[in-house]
Amino acid sequence: MASYPVRIVRFYRDGFKSMTLGKTLWKIIFVKLFIMFAVVKFFFFPDFLSTRFSTDEQRADYVMEQITAPAQKSN
Amino acid sequence: MGEIDLALVNWSRAQFALTAMYHWLFVPLTLGLSFLCAFFETIYVKTGNEEWKHLTKFWMTLFGINFAIGVATGIILEFEFGTNWSNYSWMVGDIFGAPLAVEGIVAFFLEATFFAVMFFGWDRVSKGFHLFSTWMVAVGSNLSALWILVANGWMQYPTGMAFNPDTVRFEMQNFWEVLFSPVAIAKFTHTTSTSFLVAVMFVFAVSSYYLIKRRHVEMAKRSILVASVFGLISFVYAGLTGDESAYNNARIQPMKLAAYEGLYEGKRGADLVAFGVMNPDKTVGDGQDPFLVEVAIPKGLSLLGKRQFDAFIPGVNDLVYGNAEENIVGYDQKIERGKQAIADLSAYKDAQKAGDAGAAEIALAQFKENQEFLGFGYLQKPEDGIPPVQTSYYSFHIMVYLAVFFGLLCLAYLVYGIKDTIEEKRWLLPFGVISFFLAMIASQAGWVVAEVGRQPWAIQNMLPVGVATSNLAAGNVMTTFWMFAILFTLLLLAEIKIMLNQIKKGPEGA
Ligand code: HEM
Repeated sequence: MASYPVRIVRFYRDGFKSMTLGKTLWKIIFVKLFIMFAVVKFFFFPDFLSTRFSTDEQRADYVMEQITAPAQKSN
Repeated sequence: MGEIDLALVNWSRAQFALTAMYHWLFVPLTLGLSFLCAFFETIYVKTGNEEWKHLTKFWMTLFGINFAIGVATGIILEFEFGTNWSNYSWMVGDIFGAPLAVEGIVAFFLEATFFAVMFFGWDRVSKGFHLFSTWMVAVGSNLSALWILVANGWMQYPTGMAFNPDTVRFEMQNFWEVLFSPVAIAKFTHTTSTSFLVAVMFVFAVSSYYLIKRRHVEMAKRSILVASVFGLISFVYAGLTGDESAYNNARIQPMKLAAYEGLYEGKRGADLVAFGVMNPDKTVGDGQDPFLVEVAIPKGLSLLGKRQFDAFIPGVNDLVYGNAEENIVGYDQKIERGKQAIADLSAYKDAQKAGDAGAAEIALAQFKENQEFLGFGYLQKPEDGIPPVQTSYYSFHIMVYLAVFFGLLCLAYLVYGIKDTIEEKRWLLPFGVISFFLAMIASQAGWVVAEVGRQPWAIQNMLPVGVATSNLAAGNVMTTFWMFAILFTLLLLAEIKIMLNQIKKGPEGA
């Protein structure tokens, strides 16, 4: 009887090997994750405050500025 | 910030709505089908009948397809928080960031372990452990919806936290108050119970299709029987939790209740509109009848909202312009106090910068007096505090009409299922086929009620959406809106194609 880690590795390996529909689904998952993180997040969705400021104090100051600036309009 | 760019705010909202609604196409099915798979497999383990095993594997495959395609679509919403809604994210991030991250990690490990057993383990682990894994997937999937719904509940009813003007953040005071806030409880229970209904309708749709085609008849009948029992229980539960949500709305978000009931003039013993066509030209305070046609249940709204026949339910007019008789303060006064809160906050910040501790202390004390009206200070005029009434009204009524339909359908399917005559009811089966699409509509409509109905607030009474956004160019948000529209449409098409393919193959393909 093989040891537990070996059996677990085999369990996953054999499981992945014997997949049919699952292979297509995994491809979709990977392509999706790639597009989301490597393209969407990286190029289009930088974190607004992290990229503009280096300390939390600056971020807090900035947000305070935003919420106390006069002539606020809503909607 | 100064002037708020309306185009920016509206594109940011549109983008959030688009991605949230697309994400929500996948979620309810995951939440409900996971439990149905667990029920099916439990019957298999109890009876040892291999037919039930085939049946379970079939639904599990469909569950797997939906899960694979839907997984991580919610992450997009988090991207949007950081980029488009940075003021909001900063103000609440401290609280919601950590629990969401923990939940994500726990969910990942649960899924990596138990999903693997569920799909790979049929012949490799014991029956009992396999069943346990299936149940864990169901419980885990539903629990992973918990914190995000608690967060949503908090935005509707910000309790258990205090605003710290030094960090400009809402900070947690009482974890349990946040977790067990009545709104959070109603949100979680109503969302999960109605998602169970969505999945039940999915099982009905596929099974009814098989019965119409006279294929896989035994499997379809078995699936229907289990699903209809689960459906009826979920229907009752959905009704109770929906009622609880409306009761909360009456206390906590009366404007939302007034909007989705189309109630402009509040009254004691208010009627519940059972059926009505709204007057499209109606605006607040214009004296016109809000309805062109209306059939109402006498005193129904007072009963729904306050659980008393003669309780006063305020209408849009009362809330916006005030009603001294009923002790309701109008938005004009709230706006005044909100503006004072903003001015005091600003004075506090200036005093801090100038190192004037005494002045800072005074400003802070004054701020605290008006703090609960802070958000109103950003409104230009009282009418800015009204959500889109017609959208709220129609969404709410569509949800409730469909709820009745689902209840009746579950009942009919259960009765004919028990009598074993369901396949002869050819007139009924097409209703089963369309029921899933109607359930998706009801579920989306529910979110429209909850989210459109609470506009203009990102955080109820504290932060309107216009102030929650980041200072970006509207064009950028527009570009990513279309990018997501395309990306999600492709995912949806993939889901439909693979799903239909698998349904055509039937249980042999599982
Ligand atoms: C008699 C039945 C129902 C009643 C009285 C009811 C009531 C409500 C109310 C008042 C809300 C707004 C809650 C809030 O904003 O705080 C809501 C939201 C919602 N409803 Fe329903 N509902 C019913 C049936 C259904 C059905 C059948 C579905 C879907 C299949 C559904 C799906 C939803 C969803 C997804 C939400 C948004 C999440 C939430 O706010 O809880 N509802 N419902």
